[in-house]
Amino acid sequence: MAAFEDQIRVLICQGTGGLAAGAKPVEEAFQAEFDKHGVDAKVGKRCTLVGTGCRGLCANDVLVDIVIPGQAAVTYDFVKPEMVPQIVEEHILQGQVVEKKKAGPYYQKFLEKQMRVVFSRCGTIDAESLDDFLAMEGFSGIKKAVTMTPQEVIEEVKKSGLRGRGGGGFPTGVKWSFCAASPGKEKYLICNADEGDPGAFMDRSILEGDPYGLIEGMMIASYAIGAEFGYVYVRAEYPLAIKRLQKAIDVCYEKGFLGKNCLGLGFNFDLRIKAGAGAFVCGEETALMASIEGERGMPRPRPPFPAVRGLWTKPTNINNVETFANVSYIFYRGGDWFASIGTEGTKGTKIFALTGKVKHTGLVEVPAGITMREVIYDVCGGILNNRKFKAVQAGGPSGGCLPGEAIDAEVDYDSLIKAGAMMGSGGLVVMDETTCMVDIARFFLNFTRMESCGKCVPCRIGLKLMLDILERITEGRGQEGDIELLEDMCYDIKKASLCGLGQTAPNPVLSTIRYFRHEYEAHIHNQRCPSNSCKALLKFEVVDAACKKCGLCYKICPVDAVIWEKGQLAVIDKEKCTKCTSCYDACRFMAIE
Amino acid sequence: MSNAEAPVAPEQEEIDLGPANQVIDKYLNLKGALMPVLQEVQDAYGYLPEPCIHLIAERLNVYLSQIYGVLTFYAQFHLEPRGKYIVRVCMGTACHVKGAGRIADTLSDMLGIGHAETTEDLKFTVEHVACIGACGMAPVIMVNEATYGSISVKKMEEVVEKYRAMD
Repeated sequence: MAAFEDQIRVLICQGTGGLAAGAKPVEEAFQAEFDKHGVDAKVGKRCTLVGTGCRGLCANDVLVDIVIPGQAAVTYDFVKPEMVPQIVEEHILQGQVVEKKKAGPYYQKFLEKQMRVVFSRCGTIDAESLDDFLAMEGFSGIKKAVTMTPQEVIEEVKKSGLRGRGGGGFPTGVKWSFCAASPGKEKYLICNADEGDPGAFMDRSILEGDPYGLIEGMMIASYAIGAEFGYVYVRAEYPLAIKRLQKAIDVCYEKGFLGKNCLGLGFNFDLRIKAGAGAFVCGEETALMASIEGERGMPRPRPPFPAVRGLWTKPTNINNVETFANVSYIFYRGGDWFASIGTEGTKGTKIFALTGKVKHTGLVEVPAGITMREVIYDVCGGILNNRKFKAVQAGGPSGGCLPGEAIDAEVDYDSLIKAGAMMGSGGLVVMDETTCMVDIARFFLNFTRMESCGKCVPCRIGLKLMLDILERITEGRGQEGDIELLEDMCYDIKKASLCGLGQTAPNPVLSTIRYFRHEYEAHIHNQRCPSNSCKALLKFEVVDAACKKCGLCYKICPVDAVIWEKGQLAVIDKEKCTKCTSCYDACRFMAIE
Repeated sequence: MSNAEAPVAPEQEEIDLGPANQVIDKYLNLKGALMPVLQEVQDAYGYLPEPCIHLIAERLNVYLSQIYGVLTFYAQFHLEPRGKYIVRVCMGTACHVKGAGRIADTLSDMLGIGHAETTEDLKFTVEHVACIGACGMAPVIMVNEATYGSISVKKMEEVVEKYRAMD
């Protein structure tokens, strides 16, 4: 990195994942070693400890990069404070990389197919440092934007082909032009950071790892649209993100980058954080505005669209965090450059949160058009415990499950919808043969039913009835005709609901019926769960033919209900067993049913 | 309101309204003040005591019914005192796939309370939340601000014991 030639940088991942894995003690250990050795004097350079945002491979936290000028950066993973003295002594003082502790070749593979654009600063700079941000092209995008007219800025965004990253995929430039065309002086800009989808956390990583980048994207939008006031609506479940963003905003106000005459460039922009209060539906734009106004977060029918009549009845433009973060890069490198990445219909990169049963869970940023298979197998190392891949759930509660035969789908908005899922916010949850698809449908429906705001009947009552049916099925009380009834209800609820929550809530059910109908049938006709995960249908017996006598079930059982000795088949004592499924999860040979 | 069964918190009648008044002063003339006021008053008291709600209604000139409408809509507002340690069990997709249900059951067995309940000694409150956003380390729980990843039934017990031992 050319920007920091004069110093040795120790980058410690301090996103939420890193902190949970113990990044703070690691940082303290480095500081202690530096003080002990007087490192700066010894190597003749300043050694800087940098708390960065998340760099994607959360499963292997704490990640530490040592960047010595003139050498390739070296990454250590699973760093514990007790490893620090060795790293400092051998690597920083003697220039010998500690090979044993280095991240394995999988880390190279993890990065190989990625294209980190929006994440280029996350994990390389101190998230809270304005100087670091400025050293990495920071605020050069807005400076370029003000040399154009607002109209030209919007044209540039249209030219880039950027589409809404919140999941809807509406062309961003077009959206801006609607709001810009609305009459009136008072307009609002809102950043939707109410990342409610379970299994998606890329917005949070941007807020925690590159808050200034988001502010810059919003400034460009504010200049283009003529909106002088902005809100960032952040989930209250993200305390660290709120803290870092607030700090960044405060610094910007201090320096005159925000407020009246931003950066001395001749336009005004005020920015404020609004903390949500825990309602998934507030990610829907009209509900989000109601929430900012201090009401119950209930959607209202559109039209009128927010661009015409939005917050406090004024024209309002709402984009997702990742969309704004992309905008800065369009102006660093030009709309044409952005349009050269990706597919016909989807330009640029997309960040996915890979979770579930893959080897390397975390955040990956890939160019649009790569296949789902490449993301799962090449970037994330395939399935955990070498089990069989069953499905990947894309797009959160409003998306769908894709089976093995569909994962050659390219990741772009249109081909995913064709396959029966959707891009959504970008959560990909990978499931292996131990995950029951009926249970997954039930899980999502349970979530959407709880989060339904209750304003319209199809969603409020329809989802509840569907959930009842699914619960019955997973308990072995399914009836003939349940599947057809579910399908019928899905179509009606999709058609008749007021907002996106209800219109997409049936998707997980529809897609699991479409691809995994046999699992539904097994539950209904034979009272059997093919994945052995529905508790009510589990027998908790060891399949002698499959048991490899390894004793993992014995070691994991919290109530000592497994009887096992070395070289013997395991037996489960049904008197003691609490049906907790620990043994079933631990067994690598599917020997418990 | 005159339900004989309803528990009356002993401090109900003698609550210091000072902190609540200070919060309201800050937001008095701002648009959309209701939510931030409720959030900050809750931060000050740990929950939203009834006298405070009446005070907010009066000073912000909002109907009580509207305030209760907002309070009961959002998951984050609490009308009852809460425990010192708030254990949030993540129930997101990734955690669900990796067995969060079992973790939640274990926790309930250990503490004898379910979702959104508080132990009698006001030490623990359990909450099942949608997604903490640390899916890379599923299953996850949080105790107040501390996050514990890759939780197993055994690890769960250690964590609870650790907090039990604290006062």
